[in-house]
Amino acid sequence: MQLIELKNVYKRYNNGVTALCDVDLSISKGEFVFVIGASGSGKSTLIKLLYRQERPTKGEVYVGGINVAKLRNGKVYKLRRKLGIVFQDYKLLPKKTVYENVAFALEVYGLPKDEIRKKVLKAVEQVGLKDKLRSYPDELSGGEQQRVSIARAIVNDPKVLICDEPTGNLDPKTSMEVMKVIDEINKDLGTTIIMATHDKDIVNKMKKRVIVIENGLVAKDIMKGKYKNEGI
Amino acid sequence: MKAFRILASNISESFKGVFRNFSLSLASISCITITLVLVGFSIILSYNVNNFTSTIEKDLTIVVFLDRGVTQEQIDEVKTKIDSLSNVKSIKFNSKNQVKEEMQEEFSKLDGILEQYNEETNPLQDTYLVKVEDINTIGDTADSISKFENVDIVKYGEGSVEELVKIFDIVKKITYIVVIALVLVTAFLISNTIKITIQSRKREIEIRRLVGASNAFIKQPFFFEGIILGFIGAFLPVIICCVGYNYLYQKLGGQLFTAIIPLVKPSSLIYVVVLVLIALGVLVGAFGSYRAVRKHLKI
Repeated sequence: MQLIELKNVYKRYNNGVTALCDVDLSISKGEFVFVIGASGSGKSTLIKLLYRQERPTKGEVYVGGINVAKLRNGKVYKLRRKLGIVFQDYKLLPKKTVYENVAFALEVYGLPKDEIRKKVLKAVEQVGLKDKLRSYPDELSGGEQQRVSIARAIVNDPKVLICDEPTGNLDPKTSMEVMKVIDEINKDLGTTIIMATHDKDIVNKMKKRVIVIENGLVAKDIMKGKYKNEGI
Repeated sequence: MKAFRILASNISESFKGVFRNFSLSLASISCITITLVLVGFSIILSYNVNNFTSTIEKDLTIVVFLDRGVTQEQIDEVKTKIDSLSNVKSIKFNSKNQVKEEMQEEFSKLDGILEQYNEETNPLQDTYLVKVEDINTIGDTADSISKFENVDIVKYGEGSVEELVKIFDIVKKITYIVVIALVLVTAFLISNTIKITIQSRKREIEIRRLVGASNAFIKQPFFFEGIILGFIGAFLPVIICCVGYNYLYQKLGGQLFTAIIPLVKPSSLIYVVVLVLIALGVLVGAFGSYRAVRKHLKI
């Protein structure tokens, strides 16, 4: 079985909107995948299914061997511990320092302090923010904040890093810096990356697998793809 | 070891939580404080009312005067009959000689007069002193006793004392209701206040969920925070009640208006108040935050 598999997935929201329609996908270990599509195409829904923010109406979603569709609310943490998630709005805690924000993700495991320290330092070094450990989020630039949230996402060595428009709030130059960090994680740690984005430049430069979602359907799934204008 | 580390980190997290969100913590604490002060007052009041009514009830006795010239057989017969009544708790015989001696002791003026009477000429009557189980039906019991043979008249504290007991009985019931109502209101208020507190920390909870914290793990620090808030909130009411009641007791000299209404000694009451208030604060705080955080565990 592949690391991530979607079989005949349908998603219909309570208000009657059908966001996804018969989606079949499989992503294997170590891949770097872009998910692109216009607003309202179902791209975000697809991402949310992977970390069980949403549940499919029909079909099966497997992530790292867990059947996400059947996961009860109380057991969601078991899935989330295998994932790292990066959001457009960073989701950092404003009253915690960079170190505390990253360590936050490790507290749930009850590790000894020095082990937490080791892992946090490693993750922060990976994203190149070693000299900002004691800063608070509002003292950092947008790109730096996003790198903190990436460090938090990879600190528990996840198999998959899910990025939901991580560069949506950043300027092109900073976006490329963040992309470099994500690409390095993929290469250095072998983490599978799934990234939803709007950013044409990024997709074109990176030349990775591209999944195009259109009206809730997988319109295209191409290796070394480019972001074309058709329908987007 | 692992579970212990998680617990330790969650407890320290909950202390930080109290102080990081201090203005909101203060709102919860003052809410707990105000209601617990009222609860403390009600407890003290109901304790005193309870004490007073039970003192009165203990003193309330039916005095059964037997006919003059009854024989020992007849006296025993009356006793058996009274004993068979369901409401009777205890019964004590007071012969006319005993009554005479008691009166002589109590009133020196009567001493000489009563001295003249001997066993034969004693105008006093043999009596039974009957105590009852349930004070509210003392009238019925007295009535049935008065119908027995060889019973002359029956007296009990008809009138003022009985009325007073009835009034205090109502007051007692009201204080019980007030205490229970206050506890419920406190629980509800605190739960709501903490809900507002937690609303502002929705993001924190959301992020915890997203980084793979189990629900129990997320609830823990809020649970401890509730306990801390409840404990701090109970502190002031405890002091107010203890110091205030002690002061009142000293000032009034241990009684309310007259010696008929004695106050409960502070030493025997205060530890109950302290325990109840602290337990209540802690329980209500813990329950309130536990209830409030549940709502946010759906992301």
